[in-house]
Amino acid sequence: MIPLAYYLLLSAILFACGVMGFLIKRNIITIFMCIELMLNAVNLAFVAFAAHWQNLNGQVFVFFVMVVAAAEAAVGLAIIIAVFRTRETLNVDRVNLLKL
Amino acid sequence: MNLWLIPLLPLAGAIINGLFGRRFSRRTVSVMGLVFVAASMVWTWVVAFRFAGLPAGAIPHVESYGPWLGAGAFSANYGLYLDQLSMLMALVVTGVGFLIHVYSVGYMAHEGGYYRFFSFLNLFMFFMLTLVLANNYLLMFVGWEGVGLASYLLIGFFFLRDSASAAGKKAFIVNRIGDFGFLIGLFLMVKHFGTLDFSGVFASASGLPMETAGAGLLTAIGLLLVVGACGKSAQLPLYVWLPDAMEGPTPVSALIHAATMVTAGVYMIARSHAIFDRAPIALTVVAIIGCATALYAATIGMVQHDIKRVLAYSTISQLGYMVLACGVAAYSAGMFHLMTHAFFKALLFLAAGSVIHALGGQQDMRYMGGLRKHIPVTFWTMTAATFAIAGIFPLSGFFSKDEILWRSYSSPFGAWGYWAVGVFTAFLTAFYMFRLWFLTFFGEYRGEQQTQAPAPVDPYAGRAEIDLVIPNAYVDEVLNELKGRAARVTHADPHHDAKAIKAFVAPAKMMYLEAEIRAITEDKGSISIRYPDQERPGQERHAHEGHIHESPKVMLIPLVLLAVLSVGGGWVGVPAVLGGSNHFEHFLAPVFEEHTAAAAEAAASPAEPTGASEITLTVTATGAALLGIALAWLLYYRRRDLPAKLRERFQTAYLALEHKYYVDELYAATIVWPVVDFSRDVLWRFIDAGVIDGTINESAEAARQVSDRVRRMQSGNIRSYAGWIAVGGAAVIAYMVWLGVR
Repeated sequence: MIPLAYYLLLSAILFACGVMGFLIKRNIITIFMCIELMLNAVNLAFVAFAAHWQNLNGQVFVFFVMVVAAAEAAVGLAIIIAVFRTRETLNVDRVNLLKL
Repeated sequence: MNLWLIPLLPLAGAIINGLFGRRFSRRTVSVMGLVFVAASMVWTWVVAFRFAGLPAGAIPHVESYGPWLGAGAFSANYGLYLDQLSMLMALVVTGVGFLIHVYSVGYMAHEGGYYRFFSFLNLFMFFMLTLVLANNYLLMFVGWEGVGLASYLLIGFFFLRDSASAAGKKAFIVNRIGDFGFLIGLFLMVKHFGTLDFSGVFASASGLPMETAGAGLLTAIGLLLVVGACGKSAQLPLYVWLPDAMEGPTPVSALIHAATMVTAGVYMIARSHAIFDRAPIALTVVAIIGCATALYAATIGMVQHDIKRVLAYSTISQLGYMVLACGVAAYSAGMFHLMTHAFFKALLFLAAGSVIHALGGQQDMRYMGGLRKHIPVTFWTMTAATFAIAGIFPLSGFFSKDEILWRSYSSPFGAWGYWAVGVFTAFLTAFYMFRLWFLTFFGEYRGEQQTQAPAPVDPYAGRAEIDLVIPNAYVDEVLNELKGRAARVTHADPHHDAKAIKAFVAPAKMMYLEAEIRAITEDKGSISIRYPDQERPGQERHAHEGHIHESPKVMLIPLVLLAVLSVGGGWVGVPAVLGGSNHFEHFLAPVFEEHTAAAAEAAASPAEPTGASEITLTVTATGAALLGIALAWLLYYRRRDLPAKLRERFQTAYLALEHKYYVDELYAATIVWPVVDFSRDVLWRFIDAGVIDGTINESAEAARQVSDRVRRMQSGNIRSYAGWIAVGGAAVIAYMVWLGVR
């Protein structure tokens, strides 16, 4: 079969991409997509372990992660819409009214 | 017998006048002030009447009102103690106290703070009565401290006057030094006797042998108690507060610094006779202090110009006599003189107050004279008191002073040296008292001669003007200093490297301000100060001869009553030698009859000098007094030019006396200024402001700086938040990896 390490490596790379995007990108939607990417990378790792150790706990936990991701996406998009309505921009650097 | 009423009634008066007096009319305040003291006095008479009916076994009558404090094996109660000694003191204190309260109604009628005066006066009565009636040393100490407090409040009554508030502080602080000794004595008692109750202490002390072989516990306790007495009763070396205490109103001087508070030390020594009787060394020290003080103060009193100062030094001198009497274990003689002295000294002060009142504020005898025509009642009462204090037969002072002089010679603890000093002091006493008498009441009125008014600067009526030139480096700090204290600060800069500052400062604040500015500028700036010359407001300096008037009746009646007591008060103590039966001594005998070996010996020994010898001594003493009167008559009535000539001839001696042997200056230089400087520079600037405040300020500053750094995390920039989240997450992961690897 495919060795566990490959899955984990893929998961790590995806997670790293997510983190880099989260830190570098300026568009709010893009940042959200990177967050989703990180969550899915983690899902991959969970499923890989579940398959490797033949333990269903990993897959159950994936469900939890997906639920949380969905909820968080809903709330987050609602916030983005509210912010967009006031600031007229999706550039995260412009949302800086609390700046020093 | 409900003894508690005696001290607590004046306390009620003090509280009522203190809390509500502001809203009362003057009449109500007077009534409140008088009625409680009168009630206390009347109750004291009732108690005295009942006391007279008590069988000998029931004396001392002790009343205990419940526990006060306890620590381990030691406990103290609230309790009052009535025996002949405290009965006598209570009668004197309430009687003379009441008369002075009545007098004050007239004397203080035009002064501000009227209710405050009576409140403090009543408070004093409460503490004094607590002192004399207490049944244990701790409660007595409460009264002791309390009269010191009342004295401070009353001396500094005119607190707006710098000299008065300084005098109040001086009195309290010097008293405190004495109290320190007193307290250590009490601690020794607690340690060795386990109790401070009179009955307990005296029983324990009686069980100890006489300490003739050297100093022991009782000597130590005795000497420490004497330190306390020196502070309270103004003996050497702690007498310096009493002359300054004359800054207070005259009734205060009469009550506190003549009749009652200063006698507390004598009372305390008499009360502790059980201890002193067994400590001959302590008695010797007491006697020496007493007679040295008597002589010392009399010499200073001879040249003072202020009428109240003469009386103040006279008080110190007469207290010396009382202390001398206690020092030769002639306690009843000391108490006798205490009583007669209360009468005639209070009278002298009140009459002096009447004179001052008649002259509209003049206290300097150089500008008095010929007043006997204008204020006859004052004149005659003061005459009675002057003859009494000089010790002329048959007035009260004769009997009491004579008793002391006789005992100082004949007592087993006595010595002819004490007698000699006592007689010489009697000569001086007569001299300076009659000097006062002649200068005040005879001759021409000299009030108009006062050309320059030596007015003290009233600190709140004018301001001192200071001109400073401060180098730039120090300007800010100096301005900071001035900000709190100066009324108006203006500055101009004539030079590039220094600024000129002009400020107006209240003279009362100048003392430390100048030192501070010099300290800040390291003496590199220049300071020039100009004080305003302001009269003390509200008091004319002298009265025209036509305006001199007798005092109102409310002031004269106490004078007359005290005059009667000064004349006749001694007749209760006429000694056997002169045909009387010395009721006074027999009255107090049960208190002092000690089964000490020495006293029993002396009573039985045939070596006791005979009556003839006592007559000789009496005649000598009277002769000395008459000599003093004659000298005063010569210098101040007959040959008025002589004093000035004598002053020329003996200039150094005269200056030393006039400046009170420079003792105040000595104390100031050796004790006061070092303490003040140490307190200001080390304790205040270095420790309090530098270390304590500094620690707190520095730690606050450190917290501020840390938070300053930390707050950069909240930048308002979302991407930096994202960055921090990422860093935090990485830290957590690293930690978990490390945990897993371990």
